[in-house]
Amino acid sequence: MAKINVNGRTVTVDADGATPLLWVLREYLDLTGAKYGCGIAACGACTVHVNGEAVRSCALPLEAVAATDKIVTIEGLSPDGSHPVQQAWLDLDVPQCGYCQTGMIMAAAALLAKNPKPTDADIDAEISNICRCGTYQRVRAGIHQAAGRKA
Amino acid sequence: MTTSMNVSRRTFLTAAGAAGLVLGFRVPLSSGGGAALAGAGQADEITAWVVVRPDETVVIRIARSEMGQGTLTGLAQLVAEELDCDWVRVTTEYPTPGTNLARGKVWKSFATGGSRGIRGSHDYVREGGAAARQMLVTAAANAWGVAPTDCTTAKGVITHGATGRTTTYGRVAEAAAKLPVPDAVALKDPKDWSIAGQPLKRLDTADKLTGKQLYGTDLKLPGMLNAAIRQYPLFGAKLESFDASKVMGMPGVKKVVAVGDDAVAVIADKWWQAKTAIDALPVDWNEGPHAKVDSADITAMVADGLDAKDAFVAHQVGDAPVAIAASVKQVQATYSYPFQHHATMEPMNATALWTPDRCEVWCPTQNGESALGVAAEAAGLPAGKCDVYKTLLGGGFGRRGAGPVHDYVRQAVLIAKQMPGTPVKLLWTREEDMTHGAYHPITQCRLTAGLDDNGEITGLRVRISGQSILAGIMPGRLRAGMDPVTFQCLAPKGDHAISYGFPTLLVDHAMRNPHLRPGFWRGVNANQNVIYLECFMDELAHIAGQDPLAFRLKYMKDHPQSRAVLTAVADKAGWGTPAPKGVFRGLAHCNAFASYVAACAEVSVTPDGVVKIHRIVAATDPGHAVNPQQIAAQVEGSFVYGLSAMLMGECTVKDGRVEQQNFDTYEVMRIKDMPKVEAEVLPSGGFWGGVGEPTIAVAAPAVLNAIFAATGRRIRDFPLKNAGLRMA
Ligand code: FES
Ligand code: FES
Repeated sequence: MAKINVNGRTVTVDADGATPLLWVLREYLDLTGAKYGCGIAACGACTVHVNGEAVRSCALPLEAVAATDKIVTIEGLSPDGSHPVQQAWLDLDVPQCGYCQTGMIMAAAALLAKNPKPTDADIDAEISNICRCGTYQRVRAGIHQAAGRKA
Repeated sequence: MTTSMNVSRRTFLTAAGAAGLVLGFRVPLSSGGGAALAGAGQADEITAWVVVRPDETVVIRIARSEMGQGTLTGLAQLVAEELDCDWVRVTTEYPTPGTNLARGKVWKSFATGGSRGIRGSHDYVREGGAAARQMLVTAAANAWGVAPTDCTTAKGVITHGATGRTTTYGRVAEAAAKLPVPDAVALKDPKDWSIAGQPLKRLDTADKLTGKQLYGTDLKLPGMLNAAIRQYPLFGAKLESFDASKVMGMPGVKKVVAVGDDAVAVIADKWWQAKTAIDALPVDWNEGPHAKVDSADITAMVADGLDAKDAFVAHQVGDAPVAIAASVKQVQATYSYPFQHHATMEPMNATALWTPDRCEVWCPTQNGESALGVAAEAAGLPAGKCDVYKTLLGGGFGRRGAGPVHDYVRQAVLIAKQMPGTPVKLLWTREEDMTHGAYHPITQCRLTAGLDDNGEITGLRVRISGQSILAGIMPGRLRAGMDPVTFQCLAPKGDHAISYGFPTLLVDHAMRNPHLRPGFWRGVNANQNVIYLECFMDELAHIAGQDPLAFRLKYMKDHPQSRAVLTAVADKAGWGTPAPKGVFRGLAHCNAFASYVAACAEVSVTPDGVVKIHRIVAATDPGHAVNPQQIAAQVEGSFVYGLSAMLMGECTVKDGRVEQQNFDTYEVMRIKDMPKVEAEVLPSGGFWGGVGEPTIAVAAPAVLNAIFAATGRRIRDFPLKNAGLRMA
């Protein structure tokens, strides 16, 4: 039994301590927005925020999460899809299949929270999520657009 | 606007770990029986393609699969255009393949591959929309006692010109549904389009931004269990034995089952529990005949075909070998292209529910009908007692396409069959996915050309050696042993005709099939064939001392569309004018999937081998362009796919096994590697070409030709990382 704080609520999870946070979210809390892509922290499909940082939840065991850690998933990013990143993504038709996009959006939102006006070089350095559909050009444009809105 | 997976579904609330985290899942479930399609026989179905609801919602049925390529939106645009409905009222749904079967294939093909979604169905889906419009108008006209021909339609409103009376589609839908479907309808001239041809937003974006969008991996059915699988360690290996007792006591584990003769699965409450147990399961394999094969053996096997006497001849003009031998100068080069993996972001998965008299499967598939056939066979039931509910695909790229590569569907059913009445979701790990692919075929190519005194080509010989996709997975489609798909972009005619005319030409294929299963991989054989041809053309231009653009154009007199796209990218990129300092340009073009495409790449290379692709200007002539901004998205995405392969992608073999298991060793492009892509959409009208795949083939050769311009190095073996070149 572990207590964790997800999207502003504290919940108790009856999962083995070695279970990655990704699978706790997906299988115990039915928060399936974070996706499984690689399981080795190589693709970013499982990205969530832990205390405001973008974290690859497939490589974070439940036992390493403190009850005080604040976890935010895509479901908790905004109540209604109104986060500037989500809005920019909608405007620019960023997603193709969409499978990587929840992770991509969480990574972009974390970047903008720290760096409200990222340059292309900042984006290159900070966003390493894989998109096999190849939406990178629109992801970049979306981050710039979301940055503009926030300002 | 929303997209529903099928019309017969119920809403489930899945209990969550804590209050406040309960999410409503809309899970597609059958209502049982073959007539599961709610619209079938219902009052609001106008034609098989169109349902109009009393609240003016227009439901457009889409038979092809959406996997990111935008076909769902494009097909809906075509139907809506002819229907004259209000686009903001449009929603879509997938009919199930089981219903298609029960209704005499009213939706025709479900196959989604070969960039055929629109080009293979534009006529009959538009007719479905036009017929529905005619029926709605007739219903209104009948009610008014006027002639249908005196009525006009716009945005779902019917107007009788003489009296000014109006009504809406929603109000007359019920009456229209009772009318006979007309035998013949007139389609609009594309120049009059107002919905089709427009850069409309996709219909399926909103849920992808919030986590609400369900993929196959996200399904949760009541009482569902989860399965993790361990498959044959190499192609040809068989399951010998496993020791279930070692894992049966582990948390959540319910059962350990053999899956056919080459895999074993653990079924557990949670997938992570099943995966943990399968990792601990002792399994013995009979490794089969290929356990000593390494990449070097496969390379040698393929190289052997370069000089082989026997080959399938696909394209012959005059006597190229004689013409080349008689030429002042002979030029020869040998290229090779490795195995690639699809690496869809969503790993293979399927959910199955089996009982002795019915089997249902929920899965991402590019071909619902193939999936149904595979499911029925595995279930041991007639197809009429089975159905498949398609989920949105987390990428397809061909991996979820052709019938025989629905191995994940077969396995899910074989597993569920051992748990009658309980739905079981099978999800492959990334490692299982990467080592059990349907790989891009491996080939080599030897090109030989003759040049005369003026540097003119006297003849070209193209010998392809290597793997055949059809021989590997669809041998029934070989033609007298020959695989016609091998010759994409080198064929004499058709959707993949060579876009050059040479005085003499010989293109042939020495088939050499290694043991890895091949498959259709986005772009298929256009990928390597266009590298081979367009890089060699560049070599010849340089040897002849001629400008690569002018040199190409001399042989393209009979290929006006190809000339147009090639000159368009050259003009836009500034070919013939100085590039920025340190930046070099390269060109490529082809005719693929019935479209004409070209690219001009701008590249710089540092002395220590760091490649930067600054910009690629692309042009696509698909004949008719249904949604230009989505065509641009396909161009951008296809470049990432094709360039990832050329720059860094490669599956190698050791002890018969695929060595790469995950994205740490099978590298792909990330945002830092992305060039600026300027996609010109230049529809010339009069034909229908595909857009998901054609441009993939021109990115790599354009970049390679630019690398040659920058460095003087011809790289003929891929990926580029093996040649000491890398991305920043
Ligand atoms: S699934 Fe976590 S990084 Fe890929
Ligand atoms: S949108 Fe398909 S993987 Fe990114």
